[in-house]
Amino acid sequence: MSTPSIRLAGAEVRRGGSTLWTGLDLDVAPGEFVTVLGPNGSGKTTLLAVLLGLLPLAAGTCEVDGRPPSRGSATVGYVPQQTSVDPLTPLRGRDLVGLGLDGHRFGLRRGGRAERTRQVREALLQVDALDLADAPVGRLSGGEQQRLRVAQALVGDPDLLLADEPLHSLDLARQRTVVELLERRRREHGTAIVFVTHELNPVLPVTDRVLYLVDGRFRIGTPDEVMTSETLSELYRTDVDVVRVRDRIVVVGAEDRLVHTGGGP
Amino acid sequence: MTTTWDLLALDFVRNALIAGVVLAVLAGLLGPLVVGRGMAFSVHGTAELAFAGGAGALLVFGTDAIGWGALVGAVLVALLFGALGRAQRERDSVIGVLLSFGLGLGVLFQALYTGRSANKFGLLVGQIVGVDTGDVLTLTVVGVVVLGVLAVVRRPLLFASLDPDMAAARGVPVRALSIVFAVLLGVTVALGVQIVGALLVLCLLITPGAAAAQVTASPTLATVLAVVFAEVAVIGGILLSLGAGLPISPFVASIAFAIYVVCRALGAVRTRRRVTRTALATG
Repeated sequence: MSTPSIRLAGAEVRRGGSTLWTGLDLDVAPGEFVTVLGPNGSGKTTLLAVLLGLLPLAAGTCEVDGRPPSRGSATVGYVPQQTSVDPLTPLRGRDLVGLGLDGHRFGLRRGGRAERTRQVREALLQVDALDLADAPVGRLSGGEQQRLRVAQALVGDPDLLLADEPLHSLDLARQRTVVELLERRRREHGTAIVFVTHELNPVLPVTDRVLYLVDGRFRIGTPDEVMTSETLSELYRTDVDVVRVRDRIVVVGAEDRLVHTGGGP
Repeated sequence: MTTTWDLLALDFVRNALIAGVVLAVLAGLLGPLVVGRGMAFSVHGTAELAFAGGAGALLVFGTDAIGWGALVGAVLVALLFGALGRAQRERDSVIGVLLSFGLGLGVLFQALYTGRSANKFGLLVGQIVGVDTGDVLTLTVVGVVVLGVLAVVRRPLLFASLDPDMAAARGVPVRALSIVFAVLLGVTVALGVQIVGALLVLCLLITPGAAAAQVTASPTLATVLAVVFAEVAVIGGILLSLGAGLPISPFVASIAFAIYVVCRALGAVRTRRRVTRTALATG
């Protein structure tokens, strides 16, 4: 078998003196789609910080493409949680995407301008955002900015894509576009995807495995294995009902913010 | 205009123009980054501390030390501001505290100084005609060094300034770059204080960048425009002040302000057009 895209063994993360989760073993194969679920504060975003090389593990090991994660790795793409951009920031759609390509490089740009323009255009095209190329990023809607973020993450041709709530504030049609794009990306390029979300249903058809984190406890498995009343009741330590309605999974009985209804944020 | 033309033949006028041109290039290059990083108030604070440093050096060491005093004051405080992090309220209050303290110190130093009053006044409102050939040489060397550093760090600095979270995730040394930027800013402010004065250094470091941000969202074009605007303000200001026999600051400030007003009007038109277009497209 080829090198796993991600290999976590006995991983433990601490933040502010308390352990967020410990004993996490997870291998992600190239092309695999792993959806990370769990309530706020369960350490989902923190997992991405570890994989980006921004946060060291308190115990255990972590490898990305067979090496310890390094900041600024060219093979890792990242879609951050939505942040606001000031309307007067001198930054256009094409600039945002271009920064994803070479914004971390020091020194003068050496040639390849046409190739760079082509790559940026290609990435914009993938998220159906060519019309945003010249628009000031700070004046775009949340959904438009989010599409640019996806383009920014893909423009470097990553082997691993880490996405933090990338469907947030996208309408259903755009959600489907982004999910289809990611699905195609992993099928055609073997890009492994770690997808942090509150909302499983939009990515349920493409999810290979779910990592469900609750208060330091976790389960890893296929959606059918993890998304059961029994497993989630164990994780939440309270009665939780998981109901399948057509092709959706509805979770009832945990706190309201944990209910996966497919509608709200 | 004959008078201005005659004056241009004089060494000190040529020195003043060269100094102004160099300063405007630096200010124009840094301006859009100052605006993008939301550091306008930091620049003001840095300028007041450059004033305090210059006034202190004048008092203790005499006129030759003014430049160094301004440089030390500006760089030290710019480093401090650079290390303050991004929490806007905390940053603003610390800057406000240091700014007022620096201004107070500067006034005290000036009150204690018993030499020529032109030396004192110059730090506040500028004394570009006092620039000699040695100053021009120093300024040019410093300018070239700043340009060199900027050429190397420009892209990551832009990334860290305009999209800091993502830049950090991509491994850009955001903190180190904010220190580098602070030093560049401190050096430029210190030079600016000696030429246009502490009170008007904002004119060159902020107004051109802010005006450019009104009319374009392209970082490259914004930088080019900011340099052009700064040059127009400085060169125009020097020429007009020679003709009128008044300090250059009011002229530089007025030209910069006029450019800003025009850009703001153009920006408003541009935004309205975009809104209309979007409404038509979606409506």
